[in-house]
Amino acid sequence: MQERQNLLPVWLSAPGALAMLAFVALPLVLTLSLSLYPFVPGVGVGEGLTVANFADIAKDDYFHTIFARTFGMALLVTALCIAIGVPEAYVLSRLSPRWRAVSMVVVLGPLLISVVVRTLGWAVLLGNEGVINKSLMAMGLIQEPVRMMFTFTGVVVALVHVLVPFMVLAVWASLQKLDATTEQAAESLGAGLPTVLTRIVLPQVIPGVLSGGLIVFALAASAFATPAIIGGRRLKVVPTTIYDEFLGNLNWPLGAALAVVLVVIVLVVSLGVNRLVERHWKQVFQ
Amino acid sequence: MNSVNRTPRVLLAFHGLFVVFMLLPLVVVALVSFTDKGYIAMPFDGASWRWYRAILDAPDFIDAFWRSVALGAAAATLATLLAVPAGMAIAWHRFAGREALLGLLLSPLMVPHVVLGIALLRFLTQVGGSSTLWGLTAAHTVLVLPYVLRLVVAAATGFDRSIAQAAQSLGASGWTVFRRIELPLILPGVAGGWLIAFINSFDELTMSIFVASASTQTLPVKMYNHIAHTIDPLLASISTVLIVLTLVLMMVLDRFYGLDRVLSGKA
Repeated sequence: MQERQNLLPVWLSAPGALAMLAFVALPLVLTLSLSLYPFVPGVGVGEGLTVANFADIAKDDYFHTIFARTFGMALLVTALCIAIGVPEAYVLSRLSPRWRAVSMVVVLGPLLISVVVRTLGWAVLLGNEGVINKSLMAMGLIQEPVRMMFTFTGVVVALVHVLVPFMVLAVWASLQKLDATTEQAAESLGAGLPTVLTRIVLPQVIPGVLSGGLIVFALAASAFATPAIIGGRRLKVVPTTIYDEFLGNLNWPLGAALAVVLVVIVLVVSLGVNRLVERHWKQVFQ
Repeated sequence: MNSVNRTPRVLLAFHGLFVVFMLLPLVVVALVSFTDKGYIAMPFDGASWRWYRAILDAPDFIDAFWRSVALGAAAATLATLLAVPAGMAIAWHRFAGREALLGLLLSPLMVPHVVLGIALLRFLTQVGGSSTLWGLTAAHTVLVLPYVLRLVVAAATGFDRSIAQAAQSLGASGWTVFRRIELPLILPGVAGGWLIAFINSFDELTMSIFVASASTQTLPVKMYNHIAHTIDPLLASISTVLIVLTLVLMMVLDRFYGLDRVLSGKA
């Protein structure tokens, strides 16, 4: 019995842990080291260690623009997801069980549909010959098509659509813990809906907004398919640049360095925001 | 307690707009797939099944579809075989390094897929597994393992260990306890985990695009490469088939578990 308790969990978890070490941890360490090798055109990965790849990224305005665009996009997408995802999660919590079940499928279901399919929908909507432009022109509201494909706005709208379910899900989870009587107490004391929402509901769901926001931010900054299809070559972000360096220019060390910088920035921002919010809203995290 | 008629109108109006926003791109894809034109257009001045028949004439898409199905089933099954014992260890035992183990097993959720993609491309190239099916399967297995693990841990945490202990004190072997008592009790979590792992593997694009080669293209990779070249109604009809298939799986998940619980890993 004593023996079983000591060794059993190790045996049970060893195969999974080994798979993770071999196919996640080791490859990530190799990528980190890859970023420190020089690139030799025509040969690929050269000999000797160097920080030249990181220096290239730090010096080159081309990369500055790409990083600024990526994180500007991620911040805007996160802000929009909070702005529409939080109220939507609240509405879901107030619907009758029947309507809630249907609405859940509509709101969360898209998470199960391939990102390629969802992004294709936006490409069909946003194109110059797309559904939105054709409808607006048919109604006589515009004469010329408005360019929405290959624009910052287009990518942001499509990314919000792809990522907002994560925000709803996170806020929904913290709304579940909310005591409905606090709302009713406020209402019975004469508080209107805006007061109840800002003074009672919102402060209590801050942990959900925080975790949802961090998920959306990290996923937006590392999104590939949507910026690649809606943004195209004209609107490169870090993940599409990594793709081009790896599969286009075959400059693997530079691609690996870009990936390292991307992960580091996402981590630093996430940890920073986490600490800031937890300090500011101490009481709800206890 | 809160009924529909008590929900303020302004909130319901917002909800309506939100639902339209979520459905719009999917509905548009489905509509466009019924056009009889050779380009992306609404089907209102001519609808046909033309682009669905076109799928049958696109064997490379059909091959990619079946490859994705096989890959998803293999990865979900392997991930389940690894995650069930690990999940039971984490849920039922307290041991040194338990937190670290959980972190390691959930780590693929924290790493961007593009980073996993290049890491596995580099690794598989060095061990001679690049552009092989086993490399792709291994990559998908670790990628979807966290989804199974979360549901197994959640299912196992909720159950009363005294039943297993009773069986043991009556002389049942460890294997009998597992097969007759423990597994049946966590089976809903295991089945839900397998399904969500299958869906995630089937849909995965960003990592696969680095790991898959021309001969091992999955359906999302094939579709992405097609879109990068041209957007035609064939993609819309294939997408519509995928939407309908996903809807069926979604109904199954929602019926047995509740979508919110499966997606947030709290079965």
